[in-house]
Amino acid sequence: MNTKEFLELLSNGNGVSGFEFNLKETIMDAFSQYTDSITVDKLGNIIAHKKGTGNGAVKILMAAHMDEIGFMVKDIDKKGFIHFTNIGGIDPRTILAQEVMIHGNKDIKGVIGSKPPHLQEESEQEVSIKMEDMIIDTGFDKDRVSEVVSIGDSITVDRKMKSLLNNRVTGKAMDDRAGVAALYETMLEMSKMNHYADIYFVATIQEEVTMAGALTATYGVDPDIGIAVDVGFGKTPELNNSNSIEMGKGPGVLLGGNIHPGLRKRLVSVAGDYNISVQTNVWPGPSGTDARAMQITRDGVPALVLSIPLRYMHTSVEVLDLNDVSQTAKLLAFFGSSILENELEGLLCF
Amino acid sequence: MFLKELTEASGVSGNEKEVRDFIKEALEGYVDEIKVDRIGNLIVHKKASNPSGKTLMIAAHMDEIGLLVKDIDSSGLIKFIPVGGVDKRILVSKAVTVGDKKLPGVIGAKPIHLQKKNEWSKVLDIDDLYIDIGASSKEDAEKHVSIGDYVAFDTEYDEIGDGIIKAKALDDRVGCSILLDILRSDIDADIYGAFTVMEEVGLVGAGPAAYQIKPDVAIVLEGTICFETDELDSHQMPTKLGEGPAISLIDRTTVYNRDLRDEIVSIAEANNIPYQYRKTAMGGNDSGKIHISGTGCATAGISVPTRYIHSPLSVISRADYYNTYRLVLSLIEELKKGAI
Repeated sequence: MNTKEFLELLSNGNGVSGFEFNLKETIMDAFSQYTDSITVDKLGNIIAHKKGTGNGAVKILMAAHMDEIGFMVKDIDKKGFIHFTNIGGIDPRTILAQEVMIHGNKDIKGVIGSKPPHLQEESEQEVSIKMEDMIIDTGFDKDRVSEVVSIGDSITVDRKMKSLLNNRVTGKAMDDRAGVAALYETMLEMSKMNHYADIYFVATIQEEVTMAGALTATYGVDPDIGIAVDVGFGKTPELNNSNSIEMGKGPGVLLGGNIHPGLRKRLVSVAGDYNISVQTNVWPGPSGTDARAMQITRDGVPALVLSIPLRYMHTSVEVLDLNDVSQTAKLLAFFGSSILENELEGLLCF
Repeated sequence: MFLKELTEASGVSGNEKEVRDFIKEALEGYVDEIKVDRIGNLIVHKKASNPSGKTLMIAAHMDEIGLLVKDIDSSGLIKFIPVGGVDKRILVSKAVTVGDKKLPGVIGAKPIHLQKKNEWSKVLDIDDLYIDIGASSKEDAEKHVSIGDYVAFDTEYDEIGDGIIKAKALDDRVGCSILLDILRSDIDADIYGAFTVMEEVGLVGAGPAAYQIKPDVAIVLEGTICFETDELDSHQMPTKLGEGPAISLIDRTTVYNRDLRDEIVSIAEANNIPYQYRKTAMGGNDSGKIHISGTGCATAGISVPTRYIHSPLSVISRADYYNTYRLVLSLIEELKKGAI
């Protein structure tokens, strides 16, 4: 299974924050091919351990979150329509007339509906529709829906990954299944290399809501270095250059308070050594990634963030360039194999 | 029923070729005359063994709403014009296909993380939106897309729930499919079938089609507005899903012929076919041009209730489809006997 095929399985799969168990088998099957042991912690983080030559003297944690934004069933009305709320940050404008999958005691399809334009005053059409004014239509009446669906069930947009031009793909949940796919490619790359450090590849839970997964996984692994592999804002016309990164030009290497400056310098120099193009993105305080939690776990963990450029983040048509995923994996692999015990102290010195 | 093939074909107003070609082929051997007129309408004639006096025309439009490429920007993103009544709010975060080769593309939106407070309460204008095909530059995009290419929604036909069909363009492929079924049936009646072009951009095809056929009686088959919620009284719901074909009273372009309407209702009742009235004056369809063509004709509108029309997906009930088909067949039999 190559990285693209794995990413397709992940993107088409479902695992809204709190419901990541649906992806467990897919990820464990893939990760176990290139790692020595694999565990699932009490919150559901998948932790794959790849031993280095240093007998555990140095531990590096590389994490990507497996959860995705989605919805939760709030109520089923007399007509059988499902009322719902969001899990994670969702722009209500992106979900109108969307096909969805409701994950009840089995999966059923539905569509998100609202009042048709013909029945609206012209002025109404200039206002966006609120999530509470939308319903999900499953084509079943109340009794039939209730046999399958319960309040609290998760819902995802029903969107299959598709290839676009130039090795770019579109789909849902690329945030952050792209990161999980990058970890998969990293472990494959590292299985061809010698590395001193032990690497812990972690697919974390609930990044989109509480970052609970990164907290407990980091606590459990107790790493010397923590790296979050997430997505960054891909450049489109409505975004400034200053808050976005270009597609196809390699991962963004985050700069700011969440990031350990010495480690970042090493990461950038490794990229230079292996001709891996990287970009710079900046965030002053705790970043919106798992690295935010890593940095303040136990007595503190030096952290890094790699951002895969992603357009239309948190819509169901996120677009990424597979070359950026590969570049990210290469950089992670070369960086991971560059870390030795005798230089670690110097590297982490402020 | 040919709804899978018909709805998965792309036929944005002005570009109905794929739909027309499919219908033409499906009618081969079932009708006596087939012609494509000078503006793209497909007009067919099924002859009776014993033709009676009145000329009957049944119309359904082949076109659907969609988009048209108007420009490619410097980064290779595609700007577009809506074709027909597209509610701009439903375009965000959708998959589309561009051009005759059906190149996949998506309409994205600004990440919620970078939006200002309450930005999501504002509606995005068409000019704020664009299609991303993965092109790396304008030159790259131009290898695959040209200004003037049509864009259709990328939605698969599927059956969901209890006998419910979900697809794009059910307005009015549902009418096309029922008309196809009637023309392919073994009914012995004289019928002109008109599969019209460009209804969604102003009832363009219907007038010239009626002018050529010169009908005495016309039936327009449509997929029409359907919306129900818990909070609405029944008079506020234009039609209800699963409660039978909707018979038109009045809309923006037609006051429907009372005698023909009454006849349809009594046929439905005599044959135990469920029916409902279309309880809104909003919207309009090909009857607006057909009933005033030449010296005019008695025109009826019979529609399959369709939820979420004019969006990338719509929903109908299989039972409504079947009951509409039965009602129209029974009406044809009565017209043969000299009704109205």
